[in-house]
Order: sequence, then C-alpha cells, then structure tokens
Amino acid sequence: MKTEIATNYIRKEKLPFIWCSGCGHGIALASILRAVDSIGWKKDEVCMISGIGCCGRMPGYVDCHTLHTTHGRALTFATGIKLANPSLKVIVVMGDGDAVAIGGNHFIHTARRNTDITAIICNNYIYGMTGGQASPTTPRGSFASTAPYGAAEPPFDIVELAIGCGASYVARGTVYHVPALDKLLKKALLHKGFSVVDVLSTCPTAYGRRNKMRTPVENFMWLKENTIGISAAKDKTKEEIGEKTLIGEFLNVSRPEYTELYEKEIVEKAKSIRS
Amino acid sequence: MPLLLSGNEAIVEGALASKCRFFGGYPITPSSDIAELMSIRLPILGGKFIQMEDEIASLGACLGASLTGIKSMTATSGPGFSLMQEHIGFAAMGEIPCVIVDVQRGGPSTGLPTYPSQGDAMQSRWGTHGDHPIIVLTPFSVRECYSLTIRAFNYSEKYRTPVILLSDEILAHLREKVELDTSIEILERGFPNVPPQEYLPFDSRYDVPPLAPYGRGYRFHITGLAHDETGFPTSNPEKVQKLQQRLATKIKEADVRDLDVRFMDDARICIFSYGSTSRSSLRVVNELRKRGERIGFARPITLWPFPYEEVKKLSKKVDMIYVCEMNLGQIVREVERASECDVRFIGKADGTIITPEEILLSI
Repeated sequence: MKTEIATNYIRKEKLPFIWCSGCGHGIALASILRAVDSIGWKKDEVCMISGIGCCGRMPGYVDCHTLHTTHGRALTFATGIKLANPSLKVIVVMGDGDAVAIGGNHFIHTARRNTDITAIICNNYIYGMTGGQASPTTPRGSFASTAPYGAAEPPFDIVELAIGCGASYVARGTVYHVPALDKLLKKALLHKGFSVVDVLSTCPTAYGRRNKMRTPVENFMWLKENTIGISAAKDKTKEEIGEKTLIGEFLNVSRPEYTELYEKEIVEKAKSIRS
Repeated sequence: MPLLLSGNEAIVEGALASKCRFFGGYPITPSSDIAELMSIRLPILGGKFIQMEDEIASLGACLGASLTGIKSMTATSGPGFSLMQEHIGFAAMGEIPCVIVDVQRGGPSTGLPTYPSQGDAMQSRWGTHGDHPIIVLTPFSVRECYSLTIRAFNYSEKYRTPVILLSDEILAHLREKVELDTSIEILERGFPNVPPQEYLPFDSRYDVPPLAPYGRGYRFHITGLAHDETGFPTSNPEKVQKLQQRLATKIKEADVRDLDVRFMDDARICIFSYGSTSRSSLRVVNELRKRGERIGFARPITLWPFPYEEVKKLSKKVDMIYVCEMNLGQIVREVERASECDVRFIGKADGTIITPEEILLSI
C-alpha cells in the first residue's frame, strides 16, 4: 500500500497542524485518511468526532462532517449520530486520557452495545495538551508532571479493556509501523460493530522529554524496539518477548451490531405488538 | 377527546406532537416515566430511544442525533440535571437545538427523592459555566406540560439553543383531565438557503444562522471552543466578542418572555409564583377575591429570560409583591431587582408543597 497522503480529505486552509514537531498524531491522521480513501467513502457520508486534547484537534483538518466535543464524551455524540442516521460512517478519534480516563464509562458502554463506530485512540501515554500529566496508560515508573517520582499506578491495556467490554474488532498499531497501521485501520473502518484501534503514538514534548527520549527519533525508535507483532511473537519465548507490547489484530469477530439490533428487535416488535 | 394524563405523560405527548424522534436518557425519579413512555412510543413512530450510561452521555447522544436533523429530548431530575450542565454548555456554544426536561426534586445532592422542590430555578439559568443563552419554561398544569413542551421544541429550533422545561414532582405525577391543543403550530428546523461552498454554520449576518444536518452535502465543523463564523476555533478577541454578543442577544426576549397576569386591574397586592406553587397561590387569590380583597396573581411561564420589564410595570401598580417558591429564595431576588414596591418572600425547602393555608397565613 502506498503511503501517500490522501490530500483530498484535508482542509488545506487549516494547515499547518497545531501539533509539535515529532508528534505522531499527524502520522495517525494520514493513515486514517489513506484507509478512508482506499475504501472510497465519500466525504459527505463520513463523520469524524473527537473529544478534548491534542487528538481532539484532529477532525478540524478533515473535510467531512466534524465535531469537536467535550472531554471524554465523543462516543456519546457518536452514538446519537449513528443511531439517528445509521447510513453515516462514524469515526471517533480520542487521546488516551480522553478515551479511558474521563471517557472510560462511555468507552465500555459503547463497546458493550457494539454500535458500528470506529474508535481510534492516539495513545501517547500522557496528557500532552495540558503539559504532560500522567494518564491511565502511562507505564509504571515513567515520569510525568504529576508523576514526579515515577508513575506508581498500573496502566490500562486498552486492547484488553476493549475485548473485555464487548468490542468486536480490536487492534493495536503504532505510528512507526505505518503500512501495518494502514491495514489495521482499514479493517477497523470496514468492520460492522464497535471497532477499536489502539494507536501507539509519540509525544516528545511532554512524555519523551521526561523519559530519556528527548528527540522525535528516539521516541519513534522506542516504538520500534518495544513492540512486537503478534505473529512474530508466536515463535518467541516469554523471555524473548519480555516487556514488549504486542501489536497487530487481536480480535475480529462478528457480533450483532446495535443499530441493526434496534431495527430488528425493537422497531419490528414494537410495530407488530402495535398492529 | 379529553384524556386523563399526568404531567410527565403530557410532556411525552407534547414531544411526540413536536415530532421529537430521539430520546436519550438515564433513569432518575421523578422523571423516569418520561423515558419509559418514550421507549414504548418512539420505535413505533420510526424514532429512536436509547438508555445511556449516565446523564452526560444522555445529552451527548441527543446533541449528536440533533446534528443529523432529528428533534431530540432528554429528561432528568436534580442530580442528573447537575451532570447535564456540561453538555448544556456545549449545546449553547455549538448552537445545537435540544430540549431538556428537569422534573425538580429536593436538593442539594441526592436530596429528596421523591418530594417536590423548585430548587433548580437558578441552576436552570446559570448551571453551566460561562455566559450563555438559555430559555426556561415552567408549566403549572398538565395541559401546560403538553403545550410548553411544544413551545420548548419550537424555541429550540427557532433560536438554535437548548431549552429547559422546568417541571417538578407535583406536576409529574398529578393527573388532570386535559384536551390536548392540536392547533399549536409545530416549527421545523430551517435549512441553509445557500449552496454548501457558501455555507457558514455561525454566519454573523444572521441572529440565528440555519443549521445544516449532517449527511446532506454541508460539511462543517462544530466545537465547544470559541469559534469564528466558519465554526473553527479562534482566540481573536474581536471575533470572540462578536460571537459572545450574538449568542447573548440572539434570543429575542420580547418574543419569548411570557408573564401570566390575572386579577391585576385593581390589585393592591400580588402573589408571584411559578410552576406547581402557582396552583396554591391561584387558589388563595380566587378565595380572597370572593371576599372582595384587591389581590392579583402573576406567574412567569417563561422563567428565563426573566420578565423584568413586565414585573417592573406590575410593581408600580401594587404596594406589595409576595414571591412564593419551593426553595429558600431564588426567583425572589430577580423580582426584587425588577420591582419598585416592597417584595416579601414565602418559601420553604422541606419537600412539602406550599399549601394555600400557608400562603394565607403569611399574607
């Protein structure tokens, strides 16, 4: 797959991005747009919705129906949009704090309903926009402005969380492994049901700087060296895998999708009882 | 044909008559039967009902649905109303029509389930942070629960604003014989009269720019951040001020303000109340009138924007206004601000209705 940028989906007049040099979010956005472009969705049938934070600014650059909502609540707006007009393709982009701290309740319930929404989490282990506070995905021992002695709390594994709550497509990629990310995002977007892609991203400004990765390159190399594909990991021992994070497709199952269930199990029954 | 309906049932009838086709809600007494009825009725009418994970999510879902062009409503009570303030602010900033029913119960916090209160009178105006437009309607009968719900939807669409229907526990479960007024006009949302490439979702040439529904060729951006006419964030003081000014003045107060005034021609004193409390005060006024007392009755149907001018005019005619409300003194301060006569307060927040006898004793 080519890694060109699908510029026809970009609101060019809104450039340059607000993101810092070395931020991975632009790479994630380019990957999302390539996936949308390769599917061939028309701009007018796509909604991109975000919450608050660096990732919250992403929809502003995309030429489709865009909605920049409140912190953690993007999935609630997405649920309303999808249920009210199931023909719309609904993509939600969130940061890690946005999705699983303040938005945790909405995340687990959207997964439980299995509504046809794709949730893409730009996971850079930190609250970047507010200046580098610890998030629910900050690795134990990492430093943050509110974890000056190292993060003591265990982090969430977004993949396990999504699977546990009922999402029907769950994957993890990184902004280093771009061709693989393109493929995962395309499958997620095409999947019928709640699909989650945990995109490991970079934040040299707020995270790397405090964790011995001052340059953007060091942040990207960290992603390269500390992740391993699921299939590659199969032939390796536990010791060989060590602390590395698994990337790839974790779950791809067919489960009844909520807006379809609503039509089949609620509308039809309501109308038959009525008649 | 007359129907025997409760206040909550009449709200549902009003919403459905307004072509509300989306309801997102979370259970809370004494509003839950609105959600229950919507869950029965909406699927039959091709609408959508969803029980969300909390009240923040409920209003978020309503706003999402509203952006697709569907009229949307939620219903709650005090604790849930507190949670909804975040998205009431978003609806005000993003200018997204929606109706929020607050069936008041005693507060603060979990307070008094399920006993009546009018403790949310100020919260309904100022509950969310920042200056923002809002319209609050407050019914006093089952019949008005119906008609004001329709009016709430009409204002919401006309002014692209959240509208709050402030009911209370007494009205919620009070049953009355009502003839539903089917002649009330139902306002539909405006559609842009320019092609998509010329469309500005926050066009300052309008007081209320038309809102295009998602999926109909008009691609635009909505944010809770201060924004310019295109909908994109700005911190330019001139543009921010222009937005704030338009938001603050877009609701034509003269069109919306509504003070129900009775027996005021020769009155020397006036009882001022709203919502279910007005039922007790009207009883008192009727009784005293029979005895020949020169007493009048005033009741804001639109609580916010508050009818300052009308109250001022009224205050010039009387020696005393008694403000009667089920709280420790909220709207009485607005009456004091507007009035040129003495203002006295009759109120309590113990979870019981203010009876006609209590009002009589106080005056």
